[in-house]
Amino acid sequence: MAVMNMVQSINSALDIKLGEDNLVLSFGEDAGVEGGVFRVTEGLYQKYGEKRVFDAPLAESAIIGTAVGMCVSGLRPVAEIQFSGFVYPAFDQIISHVARMHNRSRGKYRMAMVIRMPYGGGIKAIEHHSESMEALFAHIPGLKVVIPSTPYDAKGLLISAIEDDDPVVFMEPKRMYRAIKQEVPEDKYTIPIGKAKVVSQGTDITVVSFGALMNESIKAVDLAKKAGVSVELIDLRTISPLDRETVATSIRKTGRLLSVTEGPTSFGVGAEMIALANEEAFLYLEAPPTRLAGFDTIVPLPKGEHLYYHTPERIFYEIKKLVEY
Amino acid sequence: MFKQYDPLKGEMLRIMDKDGKITNKEMMPELDDQQIVDAYKLIHYSRMVDLKAVSYQRQGRMYTYPPNLGQEAAAVGVSTVMRDIDWLVPAYRELGAYLTKGATPKDIYLYWGGHEDGSRFPGAPNLLPIAVPIATQLLHAVGIAHGLKYQEKEGVVFTFIGDGGTSEGDFHEAMNFAAVWKVPVVFLCQNNQYAISLPTKKQTAVECIAVKAVAYGMPGIRVDGNDFFSCYAAAQQAHEYAQSGNGPVFIEALTYRRGAHTTADDPTRYRTKEEEQAWEDKDPALRLKKYLIDKKLWSEEQESELLEKYNKEVEAQFLEFENYPKYKLEDVFQYMYTKMPSHLAKQKQTYEDFVAWKESQ
Repeated sequence: MAVMNMVQSINSALDIKLGEDNLVLSFGEDAGVEGGVFRVTEGLYQKYGEKRVFDAPLAESAIIGTAVGMCVSGLRPVAEIQFSGFVYPAFDQIISHVARMHNRSRGKYRMAMVIRMPYGGGIKAIEHHSESMEALFAHIPGLKVVIPSTPYDAKGLLISAIEDDDPVVFMEPKRMYRAIKQEVPEDKYTIPIGKAKVVSQGTDITVVSFGALMNESIKAVDLAKKAGVSVELIDLRTISPLDRETVATSIRKTGRLLSVTEGPTSFGVGAEMIALANEEAFLYLEAPPTRLAGFDTIVPLPKGEHLYYHTPERIFYEIKKLVEY
Repeated sequence: MFKQYDPLKGEMLRIMDKDGKITNKEMMPELDDQQIVDAYKLIHYSRMVDLKAVSYQRQGRMYTYPPNLGQEAAAVGVSTVMRDIDWLVPAYRELGAYLTKGATPKDIYLYWGGHEDGSRFPGAPNLLPIAVPIATQLLHAVGIAHGLKYQEKEGVVFTFIGDGGTSEGDFHEAMNFAAVWKVPVVFLCQNNQYAISLPTKKQTAVECIAVKAVAYGMPGIRVDGNDFFSCYAAAQQAHEYAQSGNGPVFIEALTYRRGAHTTADDPTRYRTKEEEQAWEDKDPALRLKKYLIDKKLWSEEQESELLEKYNKEVEAQFLEFENYPKYKLEDVFQYMYTKMPSHLAKQKQTYEDFVAWKESQ
C-alpha cells in the first residue's frame, strides 16, 4: 500500500477512472497542462492526452454548462472549479440545469457529472478563497454533495462520485490537501455516497462534523477523553443526501448532539443536524442539540482568520457545556 | 456565402422578396419542388399548433404560452436541413424545429399545459427539453457538440436564441467555447426585434447582431428571417461548414414576433399597430405562398384542404393532452435522482399518510 496525501489520492481516483472508462473526461481552468493550481490533476494530461484531460477557457458557467451537454451526449465529465469561491457564475447552470435536467426530461438525460472544487479556509488565503458554502449546494434538490476528510475517503468517494449517475458536487477541503498522509491502496475501491462514518465510539455526546474540521474534532475528542468525557465522533462524508440513520442512532445512544461546521451558522448544515435530532431522537435528548458553526460574517482575511476557525479547544469547550448542561 | 455577406458591412442575405419573387438567383438553394411544398406545409402545421395553443390558453385550457406567429421561417429552414443524427437544443420559440425533430403537438401541449411529461419527447431522441432561462441552453449545445467530436460521431448541433439572449453572459461563453474547441454547433439567433418589451436597439449597440460572431473567430451572417430560402440556404451552408470540422457558425435571422411575448404579455404597451401591420405584410407564410402559387405548385383549394386536415389532427392531439392521465404524487418525486433517496421516499410517505387520513374522515 502506498502512503498518500489527499492531493495524491484524488489524483489516483481520477487516474483509475480515466484509465478504465473512456467516457470519463477531466477538465477545468489550468487543470490540463499545468495539472491544476493545487496539482490535483498533475500528470493526467501527459498520460491521457488532451482529448481526455484538458484546459477550459476561463468561464465557470461554461465549464458547467458544457458539462451538461457532455452528459447529454453520454459522457461522464469531471469538471474542476478552481476554487469554490469562483463557482457562483456557474450557479445558474447548476441550479437550473445540472440539478433539473434528469427530472425535466423525465429520466431521459442523466447528469452523470462530478463538479470538483477545493473549499474552506485555514490556509491564510486571499479574499474569496476561504469559504465553506456547502449548504448552498445541499439546499438544491437534485444534487448530491460529498466532502471527504481523509486521503483514503477522498479516493473511494471520488470513484463512487464518478460512477454515480446523478450529479455530485465534490468539495475538497483544501486545508487537508497536504495536511495528513495515510496508507491508501493504489488499486480501485469505493466508499458509498450517503453513508456517514463513526470515527470513534462514545457514550456521552455525539459530535458530527466533516471536511477539515474532522481533524480538529479528533483532537477535541482526545481533550474530552482526558476530561473523562466519552465522545462518539461521526464524519458525515456525504452532506446530501444525509445519512440520517447513522446520526440518529448515535444521538439516541448518547442523548447529546454537537454539530461542528465551518460555514455560516444560520441556515447551515448545523441547523439540519438540530432538526434531525428533534425529528429522530427527541425523547432521548438530555441537552439541547447544538451547533458550533462559523460566525454569520464574512470570513476575515488572514490576520483575523484565527478568530473564525474552530480549534480543538473551542470544540472541547462546547462539548463540556453540553455534557454539564 | 459567409465571406460574401459580411455583417461588418451591414449586409443581409435575401433570396426572395416579400412578394415571393426570387431576387437573388445566385444564392437560391437547390431544393426540389416537393421540399419547398413540404417546408410550406410545415410552416402551416406549426402555425396551427401555435395558434391553437394561444386560443386554448385564452379558453383557460392551457397555461402561459409563447407564440411563434410570424417567425416560423428560421425554424422551418433549420428543420429542412436537420438529419436524424443532428441535435436540436431549443430555447422556446422554434416550434417548427421541434416538431420536425419528432416532438408531437401533444408533447407541446403537455409541456405548456403544465406537465413535465411534455419534455419526455418519446419520438425525438436528439431533442433537448425547452430551456426557459435565457441563453443557458447554448452551453449545452456546445457540450453535446464536444461529446460528438470526442466520440467521433457525426452530427451537428443546432441551437436557438433570441436577440435579448445575446446580452447574457452564457451567450458570450458559449460562442467563445464553441470557437476555441472548434465544435460543430450552429447558433441560430432569431432577432425578432423585441425581448418582451425591449427593442433590439436598447439591447445592443451594434446594428447587426451577426457582427458579434467576428470577435469569437467564427463566421457570422445575417439573413432575412422571414424568407424561408435565405434561412434554409444559410442553415444548410452552416451545417456543411460545421460538419466538415471547421467549427461553429452564427446565423442571425432578422424577423418579427407578430404575437405577444407570451400570452401574459400585451404588446400594445410598447409598439405600434402600424409597425405590426408592416410586418404582417412581410409574413413568411404569405411570402412563400406567393412563390408557390406563382410557380403553380400550390392553390387556394389545396390550402383550405390542408388547413382543414391540420385543424382536425391538431385538435385530436390536444384532446389527447386533455385526456392525459392525472398528475400523480409519484410524478413529483420519481425523477429527482436515478434512484430515489430515502429522505425523498419519506417525504412522499408523509404526504401519502396525510391523504389516507383525509380520505378516512
